[in-house]
Amino acid sequence: MDISIIPQPIRAQPWGIILLLVVLSGFGFAILYSAAGGSVSPWAGLHAARFTVFLIMALVISYMPESLFRFSALPVYVILLLMLLGVEILGQVRGGSQRWLELGFMRIQPSELMKPGIVLVTARFYATLPRGMIRGWAAIWPLLVMMGLPAALVLLQPDLGTTLTICIGAVTVAFLAGLPMRLFVGASAAAAVAIPLAYLFLLEPYQQRRVSTFLNPENDPLGSGYHITQSKIAIGSGGIDGKGFLQGSQSHLDYLPEGHTDFVFATMAEEWGLIGGLAVIFAYFLLLRWGWRLSFNAPNRFTKLLAGGLTMTIFLYAAINMMMVMGLAPVVGIPLPFLSHGGSSMMTVMICIGMLMAIDRQLRQRPGTSTFS
Amino acid sequence: MKRFGGGLSKNNAPRIISAASQNITFNRRSLLIGGAQGAIGLLLAGRMAYIAVAENERYQTLSESNRVNLTLVPPRRGWIIDRNGKPIASNRADFRVDVIPDRLLDQDRTLDELALLLNLPDGELARIRSELKQARGFQPVEIASGLRWEDYAAVSVRLPDLPGVAPIQGFSRQYPIGAAVGHLVGYVGTASAEEYDAEPNPLLITPGFKIGKDGLEKQFEQELRGEPGARRVEVTARGRVVRDLDKRDDVPGDPVKLTIDSDLQHYAARRLGEESGSVIVMDCRNGDILCLASMPSFDPNSFSDGIGFDEYAMLREDDHVPLRNKSLLGLYPPGSTIKPMNCLAFLQAGIDPEETISCGGGTRVGNRFFRCHSNHGTVNMDKAIAQSCDTYFYKMAQRVGMDRVAAMMRDHGLGEEYDLPVPNQFYGTVPDPVWLERKYDRKWTRADTANSSIGQGYVLTNPLQLAVMTARIASGQKLVPNLLVSSRRKPLTAMQVDPEHLQVVRAGMRNVVHGAGTARRARLPVENVELAGKTGTAQVVSLSRGDGRNVPWKFRDHGLFVCFAPYDNPRYACSVVIEHGGGSGAAYPVARDVMTFLYDRQRALADLEAMEAQWGGTIEQRAARKFAAFQARNAGTAADSDDGTDETG
Repeated sequence: MDISIIPQPIRAQPWGIILLLVVLSGFGFAILYSAAGGSVSPWAGLHAARFTVFLIMALVISYMPESLFRFSALPVYVILLLMLLGVEILGQVRGGSQRWLELGFMRIQPSELMKPGIVLVTARFYATLPRGMIRGWAAIWPLLVMMGLPAALVLLQPDLGTTLTICIGAVTVAFLAGLPMRLFVGASAAAAVAIPLAYLFLLEPYQQRRVSTFLNPENDPLGSGYHITQSKIAIGSGGIDGKGFLQGSQSHLDYLPEGHTDFVFATMAEEWGLIGGLAVIFAYFLLLRWGWRLSFNAPNRFTKLLAGGLTMTIFLYAAINMMMVMGLAPVVGIPLPFLSHGGSSMMTVMICIGMLMAIDRQLRQRPGTSTFS
Repeated sequence: MKRFGGGLSKNNAPRIISAASQNITFNRRSLLIGGAQGAIGLLLAGRMAYIAVAENERYQTLSESNRVNLTLVPPRRGWIIDRNGKPIASNRADFRVDVIPDRLLDQDRTLDELALLLNLPDGELARIRSELKQARGFQPVEIASGLRWEDYAAVSVRLPDLPGVAPIQGFSRQYPIGAAVGHLVGYVGTASAEEYDAEPNPLLITPGFKIGKDGLEKQFEQELRGEPGARRVEVTARGRVVRDLDKRDDVPGDPVKLTIDSDLQHYAARRLGEESGSVIVMDCRNGDILCLASMPSFDPNSFSDGIGFDEYAMLREDDHVPLRNKSLLGLYPPGSTIKPMNCLAFLQAGIDPEETISCGGGTRVGNRFFRCHSNHGTVNMDKAIAQSCDTYFYKMAQRVGMDRVAAMMRDHGLGEEYDLPVPNQFYGTVPDPVWLERKYDRKWTRADTANSSIGQGYVLTNPLQLAVMTARIASGQKLVPNLLVSSRRKPLTAMQVDPEHLQVVRAGMRNVVHGAGTARRARLPVENVELAGKTGTAQVVSLSRGDGRNVPWKFRDHGLFVCFAPYDNPRYACSVVIEHGGGSGAAYPVARDVMTFLYDRQRALADLEAMEAQWGGTIEQRAARKFAAFQARNAGTAADSDDGTDETG
């Protein structure tokens, strides 16, 4: 075969998924280039540089053995928890909310890292839990503790979007692990009761406003509803084929706030239209399909649960962001992977991708398994 | 171990969990989640398609209305020009900065920044703050106008940090002779909330647009206004203009041509000097008003720029009332200036002009003695006019009766409201028995007749009426005053007065100046032009408080003078009123010089410049000095009050 000319280490890379990510990030580069009014600075160039660094990081992770993930799960989780606590204490000291730790060379947002962290530790937990105990109390309370601690700390920051992502990641792993279905049905029912109460007593006023504005954006056209309204105008005015590259008036004239971060999808949709939007959605579909295939084919329970949980985490980013931008979900600060400008989230997603690639590599070392096509 | 499910599940067999069954559960559940994710993906695609296709049109409109801002370009205001086409009000290119209160985020910070950039004085800041308080959200408030290009540019480049600030390149009103036409033309200013309510035209709230607030500017608002242009511009969310899309030019307003001679007006205003008074010159041939000066006045240039707090306070407090148009709104007892006209009433009643009376320093009317200012001895009509003998008029008026005198007054335009394009005119009083009965519910007495016969008592006229009276005597025509060249002049009708009677009266007036009269120094220094006139002194308080001269300014008598020239072929009629001038001696030199200006400009100007040097400079120089003194004094009192109790306002 011709392929044999290509050296083994190069051939061994998951080229399909790398290509997908390069295309998606490249598109992100183009959008950020346009959002800056046709300039590489300040966003597009940095975006490309970060992507390159984090892709290499993901490839490095992909070479790590499964056993390393397994054994580091709990220590990593504990470290992240301590970092979250540290952020909380610093926030108290500095008077105000704080989400990141200054490490000198970079800022780390522990709550972001907790998204794959919680998946890793819960997957590890359910993989080691004896089969017979999965329907018992012993399968539940550790989940509540593992999930509850970081959720509480992140909610204090306060960061509703990240809290939700952490919880859903953990619950997804538990669901896939086989906890009784009625628990989930029951929990959903309880949530239906609890959410209005949480709205009233747990949320900060500005978060309450976001939710009420989401339900009726026209009530507050210049305040919180402005984001949603302008975002829908951007998407809606793009039409089927968009206004054309560098032609988006909503983003260029600053009507669309945060057009380079959380609302980057609207910036894209204005210039590339429905076609661009569907292409992005399709790219995520391919990415998630890859994740689920890995999960299906993974060699053992730990990797199955891990792959499923990580895929869910990536999905949550994309889905919540796009629902928010299109007015289907309240405005919560969640970026769109590979398109939004921002370091922490890209690092998180790339860690997820790296771990998925590690599973991919493990699978491909067995003959006759295709993971991405 | 406590168990969930097993005992309660519907198939009562205990559930055995094997690796295989766990895998089946996993596969089912992952399919469920994957399916749910796919469903959400489809929902997103569907939602996207709905927004982008079904609602595309609506959102395109919204996006376009976001992007494009239609702004009105204020039209250039029509000029107000004098009879020779010289501008009295024109426009000059102007760099200006406004703020739009609605769009201000941090008013104090923005004002501080602007004050620093434009070097605004405190008085201006006080004005801006008070206007901002009153303005409705949409109304622009002027920060500064007439800016240098550098200042304008300094503000323009900082716009991103100054939301609500609007630098505008436009036109501003300019009045070349400033205060000399303040009362005549009024001024322009931004429309108030009330004015916008009365005329909800978007042009009124366009930054930089001004409407006439007083005088002719207000009267001819619609003619002067013109049609606004329009500009479609692309703007950012913060209101910064990115580029012009297209443009429609404005249509400038129509000019308004006045009968005023701008040079004469300017001269008269300057000649009034430090006095408070009015000068009116009319063309005896057609009634055109050549000069309608009233001083002191305000400078409409500074009013149009948005007048400072201090400047307005100074104008309001001034006892010379610079805010009142004395030509039309000043009412004065005409004093002796109505004597020639009274003679026409006597002549019409059949009194012989050569008939004499004896003046012994006054006469008894009823049980009161009416004094004359001198002991004139034997007095006929000519001497009565020339030397202004009161006794003659006391006696003759008793003989002909007040009704005839009052009728002659009305015939000469006293008590009349003229058809002029002015916002307001006071038209005084021509008293007669019927009027007195109505007004004060009292019978007319002989004493009232005596008082009225010398232009005192209830008789009140404004300076324009005095000029009209004089022009009618001079021409024998029933002249009505015109202020507009464009207006069709009414055809002249002759006065219902015997021309011979007029000749007698005119001769008497000539003798005031050229005979043994009261104003011999009013002779014109012009060859072959004889002036005919009549002096007047209007008592402000009764003689018991003094002689009207050596008392505080506001108790001094008003000085009046009416005249026409040339005597043999009357062309110009003039009236001069000097408030509290102490007597006619304050008025006739002004009239003389103004009339001289009409014949010999260079000579009149040379004389004036010498006088201005004594008064301390031109009108502008004196006003500036006065304002500086006012500010210095105010600063002193403000500092004093700081030490005391709390401030008000």
